[in-house]
Amino acid sequence: MSKFLPLWPDQASSIAGQVDALYIYLVLVSAVMTLLIFVAVAVLAIKYRRRPGIAPHPIEGSPILETAWSVIPFGVMITFFIWGAVIFFRERTPPTNATEVYVVAKQWMWKLEHMEGQREINELHVPVGQNVKLIMTSQDVIHSFFIPAFRLKQDVVPGRYSTLWFKATTPGTYHLFCAEYCGTSHSGMIGNVVVMEPQDYTQWMAGGPSAPLPEAGKQLFASLGCATCHRFDVQGRGPNLQGVFGKPVLLEDGRTVIADENYVRESILNPTAKIVSGFKPVMPTFQGLVSDEQLNALVAYVKSLAQPASGTLNQAAAAPAGQPQTKQVQ
Amino acid sequence: MATTVIPAQPTSKPTNYLNDGFTLKSWLLTTDHKRIAMLYLVSVTLFFFLGGFFAMLIRLELLTPQGDLVSADTYNKIFTAHGMIMVFFFLIPVVPAILGNFLVPLMIGAKDLAFPRINLLSWYLYIIAGGIMIHVLLNGGVDTGWTLYSPFSTQFSNTNVIEAGIAIFIVGFSSIFTGLNFIVTVHRMRAPGLTWSRLPLFIWAQYATSLIMILGTPVIAITTVMLAVERLFHLGIFDPKLGGDPLLFQHLFWFYSHPAVYIMILPSMGVISELIACFSHKRIFGYKIVALSSIAIAVIGFLVWAHHMFVAGISLYAAMIFSFITFFVGVPSAIKVFNWTATLYRGAVSFATPMLYAFGFIGLFTIGGLTGLFLASLGIDVHVTDTYFVVSHFHYVMVGGVVMGYLGGMHFWWPKITGRMYPEGWAKLSALFVFVGFNLTFFPQFVLGYVGMPRRYWQYPPEFQVLNVLSTAGASVLAVGYLLPMIYFAWSLRYGPIAGPNPWGAAGLEWQTPSPPPTTNFDETPVVTWEAYNYDEIEPKHDFLEGTGER
Repeated sequence: MSKFLPLWPDQASSIAGQVDALYIYLVLVSAVMTLLIFVAVAVLAIKYRRRPGIAPHPIEGSPILETAWSVIPFGVMITFFIWGAVIFFRERTPPTNATEVYVVAKQWMWKLEHMEGQREINELHVPVGQNVKLIMTSQDVIHSFFIPAFRLKQDVVPGRYSTLWFKATTPGTYHLFCAEYCGTSHSGMIGNVVVMEPQDYTQWMAGGPSAPLPEAGKQLFASLGCATCHRFDVQGRGPNLQGVFGKPVLLEDGRTVIADENYVRESILNPTAKIVSGFKPVMPTFQGLVSDEQLNALVAYVKSLAQPASGTLNQAAAAPAGQPQTKQVQ
Repeated sequence: MATTVIPAQPTSKPTNYLNDGFTLKSWLLTTDHKRIAMLYLVSVTLFFFLGGFFAMLIRLELLTPQGDLVSADTYNKIFTAHGMIMVFFFLIPVVPAILGNFLVPLMIGAKDLAFPRINLLSWYLYIIAGGIMIHVLLNGGVDTGWTLYSPFSTQFSNTNVIEAGIAIFIVGFSSIFTGLNFIVTVHRMRAPGLTWSRLPLFIWAQYATSLIMILGTPVIAITTVMLAVERLFHLGIFDPKLGGDPLLFQHLFWFYSHPAVYIMILPSMGVISELIACFSHKRIFGYKIVALSSIAIAVIGFLVWAHHMFVAGISLYAAMIFSFITFFVGVPSAIKVFNWTATLYRGAVSFATPMLYAFGFIGLFTIGGLTGLFLASLGIDVHVTDTYFVVSHFHYVMVGGVVMGYLGGMHFWWPKITGRMYPEGWAKLSALFVFVGFNLTFFPQFVLGYVGMPRRYWQYPPEFQVLNVLSTAGASVLAVGYLLPMIYFAWSLRYGPIAGPNPWGAAGLEWQTPSPPPTTNFDETPVVTWEAYNYDEIEPKHDFLEGTGER
C-alpha cells in the first residue's frame, strides 16, 4: 500500500479478497450506469438544444421502456443483494475450530485476553492461517471493532457479547480502529493487529506469564461460591453446568434456548431472566460484583465444561442439557 | 392555452405580497404563505451558513493528521453541531418550508394554505427550536453526534443533550404542521378542474413528503422524550446497565431518520421535474409513473431503517431482509432519473442556470444513489459503514441532491418571488463552482472510506492526509459557489431586470399571475381545463434571460 496516497487497503484476511471482488463488480456496474446516464443527458441535451423554428415533440411516455428500466436495474440489484448476502453469511458464521479471544472495550482502549491467559492492550497478535473468533463486549458505550485490512467490522455493545471471526492470511501489522463514535478520544481508540507466522506466534505466546482463562474462571467459580449450588457430583440448587454449553436448554416457561456466551452471561448478571426447567429463581444477581474480564473468565470456564473430561457425567449428558437429574429419575 | 383567466399585464402599479405593508408587524404576524416562505428563507439561510461554518472548521481540522486546530472535545461538538443544524434546521425544512410554502397554493390555484395561522405557528416553532439550538451552542454545545446513540447520550455525555433534544422535539412539530397543512391544502383547495392527474409533479412530491412528515416525525419526538427520561431519571430504556436495550434506540432513531432522508430528497426531486419539463419545453416523460414513484419512495422508505444497523448487532436474517427491501427503494429513484433523461428526447433544451442545476442533480444523485447500493449490499456495508464512504454517500444525496435541487428551484422561481431576474452569467459561474467544488470535496472521501478511515475522527493515520487535503480544497471551492448566489441574488433585488409574470415561458398556474404575486395570489380563481405541462400549447422562449427589458 502506498503510504503517500493509498487507493486500496491491504488485503490480509480470507474474506478480504471476496469483499474486494464484489466491490470491483459494483464499481464497474456503477461506472457503466453513470457513464450511460451522463452520455445520454449530454447527447440528448445538445442534440435537442433549443433553436428557433424547431418545435419540441410531445411524448406521453412509454410503458414498455419504463417497465424495462425498472425491471432490468432491479435484476442487476438482486445480484448485488445475493452476492453481498453470501459474503455476509460467511462473515457471520464462525467455524467451530476457531481460537477464541475475549475483547473488552472501554473508553478509550481495547483490552484483549487470549484463552492461554495472555493479555494485551490495543494490540492483538494472531497467527496466520488460523481461524480466530473474537468474543467482545463493552464496559461503557457502544464501540466498533474495525480492521480495514480484514474488511471486517462489528459493533461492541455493552451488556452483551458480539462476535467477529477471521482468518488472517498475510503476516504484517494492520490498523485496528474504533468505528463507532464513543466520546472524547474516539479517534485515539486505535491499535494494531499483528499477524504472525505460526512459529513466531508460538514464541510470542510462550512469553506470556498468566494462567489459562478457563483456569482463572475455575478459581472464580469457587471463590464466588458458584460451586455450592452448581454442583457436579449431586444435584444442587442450580443446574449442573457440565456439558451444558452449546446445547439447547429447556426453560421453565417452555421455551428452549441455546446455551451460548450471551446466555451464560445473562444467567450470571440477570439470573431470573431465563430459569431452567425444574429450578427455582433463587440465584442472586452478580451485576456489579464481577467485572467484564471476570465474566469472560467465567464464561470461558463454563465453556470448558462442555467436553466432560472424565466418564462420570455421561448419563447427565444424555439427558437434555440443563435438565435436573431428579426429574430424570421420576 | 387558457391564459385569458388572468390579465397577463397588470394595468397599474400592482399591490403584491411584498409591498402589502412594510412594518415589522406586517411580516412577523403575517398569515400570507408567501411572506411566511420569506421568513423561512431568511432563517433557513442563516442556519445553512452556520452549519456551513462548522463544516469548514471540520475540513480545516482534517487538513493535518494531528488534532491541532481545536481540541478533541471541541471537534466532537463541531461535527455534532454541523449534523444537527444541517439535518434539522436546513435539509428538512429547506425545500418544503421555503419553496413549498410559496408554491403549493400558487400551483394549485388557491389563495393560501388550508391553515394560515398554523403555518405561521410552524415558523415560530422553528425559530424557538433554532433559538434553543443556538443557546446549546453558546453554552458549550453537545458532543453526541447528531445520531444521539445511547448509552453514550443518556449516561456518559456531559454536554447539553437534553436541551438539544428539546430543540429537535420542537422543530419536529414545525415539520409536522407544515406536512399537515400541505396534505389538507392539496386535498381541499385545488382549483376547479385541477384533478389529481393534472397536479404538477412538485405537488406530488410535496404530498409524499408530507405523508412522511406526519407519520415519521412523531417517532423522533417520542424517542427524544425517552432519551430525556433515561438521562434525567435513570429509567432503564436503552442502557443495559439499567436493564435497557441500546439497539432499541437505534431502531427508533432510524425509523424516523431514514424516512427523513426522503423528507429531504423528495421535494428536490419535485423541483427537478419542474425544471426538466420547463427547460425541455415538454411534458415529463411518463408523468404518472414519476408521480407514483414519489409515493412509492415514501412508503418503501419506512421499511428499510435497519440497514443502518447491519453491524450493530441485529440478527443475520434480519440484516438480509432489510438489505433486500433496501434494493426496492432503488427502483423508484432509478425510474425518476431515467424518465428525466428521456424527457430531453425531442425536446427544446435550454441551458439556463436552473437547468444546469437539474443536470448537476442528475449527475450527483446518480452517484449518491448508486453508492447507496454498495451500502445496501451486506458484504460491502460491513467494511464501509461508519467510514468516510458513508459520509461521502449521504453528502452526494443530501448536498449533491437536495441542495442542487434547492438552488435550481431558487433560480427558477426567483423571478416569481421577487419580480426580478438574477444575472445569468454569474449564476452559471456559481453553478460550475458548486459542481466542481462538490465533487472535489466528496469524491476523495469514497476512496478514503474504502481504505478504512472511520468517520468522526479528530486525528488520523498520516497516510490518509493527501485525500483529506483534496477534500478540504474542494470545500473551499464549494464555499465560493454557495456565497456567490447570496451576493447576486441581493444585487438583483434592486438592479435585476423586471421579470414579468412568465419569463421562462413555463406552464403551471404560478406563472399565470403577476410577479411578485398579489397577496391573494389570483385576482380570480383559475379554472383548469388542461393537463399538466401543456408545453405543446406554449411557444418556446429564446430570450427569457433578458426579462421584459425594463428596469
